[in-house]
This record gives sequence, structure tokens and C-alpha cells, in this order.
Amino acid sequence: MGMTMSQKILAAHAGLKEVKAGQLINAKLDLVLANDITGPVAIKEFEKAGAKKVFDKNKVVLVMDHFAPNKDIKSAEQCKICRSFAADKEILNFFDVGKMGIEHALLPEKGLVGAGDLVIGADSHTCTYGALGAFSTGVGSTDMCAGMMSGEAWFKVPAAMKFVLKGKPAKYICGKDIILHIIGLIGVDGALYRSMEFAGDGIKYLNIDDRFTICNMAIEAGAKNGIFPVDGVTREYLQGRYTGEIKEYAADPDAVYDKVYEIDLSALKPTVSFPHLPENAKTEWGNIKIDQVVIGSCTNGHISDLRMAAEILKGRKIANGVRAIIIPATNEIYLQALKEGLIEQFIGAGAVVSTPTCGPCLGGYMGILAAGERCVSTTNRNFVGRMGHVTSEIYLASPYVAAASAVTGRLTSPAEVME
Amino acid sequence: MKVKGKVFKYGNDVDTDVIIPARYLNTSSEKELAEHCMEDIDESFVNEVEAGDIIVAGDNFGCGSSREHAPIAIKASGVSLVIAKSFARIFYRNSINIGLPILECPEAVGAIEKGDVVSCDLGSGTVTDETTGKSFTAEPFPPFIQQIIEDGGLIAHLAKVKK
Repeated sequence: MGMTMSQKILAAHAGLKEVKAGQLINAKLDLVLANDITGPVAIKEFEKAGAKKVFDKNKVVLVMDHFAPNKDIKSAEQCKICRSFAADKEILNFFDVGKMGIEHALLPEKGLVGAGDLVIGADSHTCTYGALGAFSTGVGSTDMCAGMMSGEAWFKVPAAMKFVLKGKPAKYICGKDIILHIIGLIGVDGALYRSMEFAGDGIKYLNIDDRFTICNMAIEAGAKNGIFPVDGVTREYLQGRYTGEIKEYAADPDAVYDKVYEIDLSALKPTVSFPHLPENAKTEWGNIKIDQVVIGSCTNGHISDLRMAAEILKGRKIANGVRAIIIPATNEIYLQALKEGLIEQFIGAGAVVSTPTCGPCLGGYMGILAAGERCVSTTNRNFVGRMGHVTSEIYLASPYVAAASAVTGRLTSPAEVME
Repeated sequence: MKVKGKVFKYGNDVDTDVIIPARYLNTSSEKELAEHCMEDIDESFVNEVEAGDIIVAGDNFGCGSSREHAPIAIKASGVSLVIAKSFARIFYRNSINIGLPILECPEAVGAIEKGDVVSCDLGSGTVTDETTGKSFTAEPFPPFIQQIIEDGGLIAHLAKVKK
């Protein structure tokens, strides 16, 4: 029986020729990640277990990104725990303020993840690296701790769903519209426990940032991981970053999928997920007045995302009464945006540009919503209270839609602003 | 292991952001997390919950973030068991790892009402609504998972096994 791409990566890391959906395996990990929220809980467990050292000081990554630069004394204490631990255990990939970026943009950028790798991270959006042809999945702090101690983790081999992407997306359609459309189609538990494997001729129209966005939100459909096949786009991105051996796996022609969906990319329209679940995806929006726009996060803080926003905002002004907050995901992206003149365009339009942080996405800081306020956000979750007050509302959208909405002060399609 | 308590009932897709809002994730203190458990969907929970109480919910309980703080907050608030139609993947694993008993039992979820007193034998998976007298059977965890939960989580379990 054939294997899916995800199953092949798991089999290789478990030292097995073949694995089947549902099988329990123990596998060797290439990388183990935590951040300033999940790290301290894992460190507490590490100490409780009486562990002395991490399995490989090159393969444990700690990124201070959620509440850093620290928003208050308590979060400063959490970062301090991680900082001392990293120093004590000689963890080489400890990313503090100045070196840090939003973890799921930072790790690929630093060449820490490559095709064929197996990665766990104590952050649910760890599934992002599937864009590079890696198997990566989010875990809790205890599993992260066990991985950090042993370099191994047990997995239940996932069954899979296949998404065949066909055709070329229209102007102003990007990875975000594709994944919101898919989550709308299958629901927030539509891929529960399973892999989401992407295939089809439409893939060639998706740049690496589109793929990061799509895999990033696989968890929003309940999936264990999302994954793209390796092609020229992947190889070009990994070139000069990833120094490990690129291991290209492809699904067998007779791989088993629970379900196969065909998605015609050319038919997609700008898509927005309404409150309070990512599955509430709509293409007709009505008149939704807004108070704030956030462009950034591990989902849409990449350079392509900032270019989309700048395309709309160039020479235009943010509407009165709207606060626009733009957050490049890493310092490298920030610098690139600066060189390209994007930051000047943002500030000229009346937006504010922040240092990299997860901040507003999870209601931490840097853009908290008051009661009843509405935000169009390029982030990944629109749950009740996610960005602030329980009566505030989040509309998940692409950078194009977010920027267009910032200009008009209401939920707006990019074409309307650009025409 | 047997548990018994009154029921707090919720719907589908209870996410980890409402179980423990991220604004409280600047601490890993179990006590502080418990003080804000369920706050964004049920303000009265923290005041009404008593040791042994049981949460009953629909599909995809614990969806969203990987924060282990979510099952930790529930456990530290005194809850002895979460029964749901289904659990989100990471929450499911986290609950076992920190020693919070969970059970998937769609029939029980359909029949049990808020405020009912429910007892459960985790070993056999038998759920009894003592208010209505109805009984349900869930698939119990295999003994080694039950042992992890009983020992208070994976790390505590491993420490005990090593001794």
C-alpha cells in the first residue's frame, strides 16, 4: 500500500520501511522548538524530570516572540527563565530581542528547517514548515520537553486528505484566500488528526510565502500537519539558507487519502473569515465598518505580504478613525521592506510599523481591541476575545483585503480601491 | 480511578483562547491560570466550580493554540474530568501529558444537562448521570495511559517508573 508524503517522512525518521495510518511510532526529531510562553512550562517539566542536558544543543530552538520585547514584568520573568536555561544548557539557537522574529518566519529564514525534516514545536503554528516539504507539527510543552530531553517523540501516523490545487489564481488572490476558502469548505475540525497534503498544477503559481500561509493555517482545520511537494520554488528558497541535506519525498501514486478535494484557484474570490471561527469564510461581506487593521503575524508577516499591503497603500491614506498596525515578521523582512521603500509608504499612509512580535494576534499587546471594536487582521484566529475584549470582532483576511479595508474604513475588496 | 461532580456544559469548538485567554499567559503558575479559567465564555465558572466537577462539551474541544496552560488551568480549577464528543489533537495529548482525565463519549454529551451530577469510572469508561439515572459507556484509555493520568502526567509518571 502506498504512503503519503507525510507518512514517508515519519517512516524515515522511525527507521521503518513502511508505516500505516493509525500506527504508533517512535521517531527521531531534527528540531525541537518553544517560545517565551510555552518554553517556561517545558523548562519547569525538564527540571522536574531531573534532566541535566538537552539531546543536542544545535537542535533545540527558543524564540522570544510572543510577549517580547516584554510587555510587562511577568512576561519579562518568563523570558528570563528561557534566557537562563539557554545559557545554562548552551542552546545555540536562542533568539532574543534583536535577533528574534516571529518563530515560524524566523526558523525557515535562518535555515533551521529543510525539506524532509521532522520538527515538533510547542506552538500550534509549527505546521508552517510543511511549505518546505518538512513534516512539522505543534505539540504542548510536555511533549516539547520530552523531545528536548530525548530527541525523539511518539506519533500516531496520520491519515490524510488531499487538496488538488488547479489553475492560476486571479489578481489579488493569494495563499490566505486559498486556505480560508478550504477551511470554510471543510470546517475547523474538517482535517482533525489528519495531514493536509497539497498537490496539483496550481502549486506552481504559489510562491513560498503563499505556501507558508497555507500550511500555517492547517491547524485551523484541526490538521496534524500541512505539506507541499518540493519543487523549484522550495529549492530556490532553501538555497543559501539550509545547509543540511535536502531530502525530497513525494507521495506514492497509490497513497491512500480519506478525501480528495479539487480547488479551482482561478475561481477564488477575496475571502474573509467572519467572527468567531476561521470556518466562517465569506466572499460577500456587506457593510462592515472597522476600527483597526493588523497586517503581520506568522501567517502573513512575510515580505510578499508587506508588498501586497504596500501595493494598495502606496499614495493612499488610512481612513480616519482606523488604526493600521503593520508588523514585519522578522528583522530581515523589516530591513528588506525598508530597502524597498515599503516602510516609508506605510508610514506615509498613516500606519504604524512595529518591531517583530506576535503581540496583537493573540491579544497580548500592541493593538488590543476595546469592547465592540472590529479588526480586519491577517492573523490566523478570530475566536471570542482573541485580540481583546470578548465583544470585539476579528475578520481574518489577506494583506490585500486588510490594506484595502484600512483605506476605506470598512471591509473592502482590493479591486474596489485599485480601480 | 473514579470521579464525581456537577456538570458545566458547553457547545462545539471550545477553543484554548476562551479556556485561558492569552492575556494571562505571562505566567505559568497553575493557581493564577485557574483563576481565569473559562473566563471568556463563562464568567461564573471560576466562582461556581468545586473540586471534582466535570466539564461536558461538544466536538473539537480545546481547538486552537497548543498552550498546555489550557488543560493545566482546567485541572488546577478542580475539574476532575472533561467529557466531549471529540477533542482537538494537541489538547488531547496535552491533557494526558499533564494528567487531566478526558473521555470521548458523544452519547453522554447528548444526554447530560448542565448542573447534573455525573460519576465516572475511568477504568471501565462507564459514565453515569446520577441526576437522571442514565448510563453511558466510553472507550476507556489503555492501562498505560490511565497510569500516566493517575500519576499526574507524563513527567511525573516517568520519574515514578524510573525509581
